[in-house]
Amino acid sequence: MNLLAKEVNGALVVTISESRIDAAVAIQFKDKMRELTEFSPDRVVLDLSGVEFLDSSGLGAVVAAMKQLGSGKTLELSGLTNTVKKVFRLTRMDSVFAIHDSLTAAVGQAHAS
Amino acid sequence: MRRDGQARSKKINRISEGNCGGEHQELKLIFPSDPLAVRRALKSVLTGLSHLNLSSDDCDTVELVLAEVMNNVVKHAYANQRTGMIELQVTNGKGGLSCVVLDDGFEMPEGNPPMGQPHNLNCAREDLPEGGFGWFLIRELARDLGYERDGNRNKLSFRLDVVRRLRTS
Repeated sequence: MNLLAKEVNGALVVTISESRIDAAVAIQFKDKMRELTEFSPDRVVLDLSGVEFLDSSGLGAVVAAMKQLGSGKTLELSGLTNTVKKVFRLTRMDSVFAIHDSLTAAVGQAHAS
Repeated sequence: MRRDGQARSKKINRISEGNCGGEHQELKLIFPSDPLAVRRALKSVLTGLSHLNLSSDDCDTVELVLAEVMNNVVKHAYANQRTGMIELQVTNGKGGLSCVVLDDGFEMPEGNPPMGQPHNLNCAREDLPEGGFGWFLIRELARDLGYERDGNRNKLSFRLDVVRRLRTS
């Protein structure tokens, strides 16, 4: 499970270089997120633009990743592909997370540099 | 199925497509109860259905429902033991895709598939649910859900109301 984290404009941006967050990797995802966010800025943005498939285990892991953040920290999502969007919409989890269309919309232009 | 698993496992991920030109085509896959085998099975099914030229939304529905059903078998019916086998049958017909999933694991709790009620999300962050979405998604997206316990075997059947599209290219 490869997750890349970097700080952009005061936020920690976590990018996933896996095309699936499913039952096979959900626990690894959650554990890796805990490591990356332990000493992170308060604002964490998870870039899901490379994720083509997320099942209910993956959804649960994203929720868990938010819940395990220390108090005062937020987890926001960006770049949901249609399949991932569908799971968030059906389960109404899209009402729980701040969701941005793109990383640029989430943290501004600087992420490209 | 576990008893004759050896003979059956020879057919793992091999797709049998009968009568390619007809209205009723069947895909049958038999694979071990393992999350990575489920991934491969999903890929095989979607490849096997590619000639139907389903919309990307319909493909998402097929992949999501089958993933949820088969992950439930791995996790609950076989309790993550990874020793059992799962059989998946997908038949293309007029009502969409008729699907049957067979396993020799534990019976569904109380003899029925869970209702998959939607969660109340108006709660504190620490109380948000991390699971229990699977059956909700299955029941939202699948039709004509049926469950039978036959001896040691579970048989879950359902229909996916997807439509074959004429190729545009």
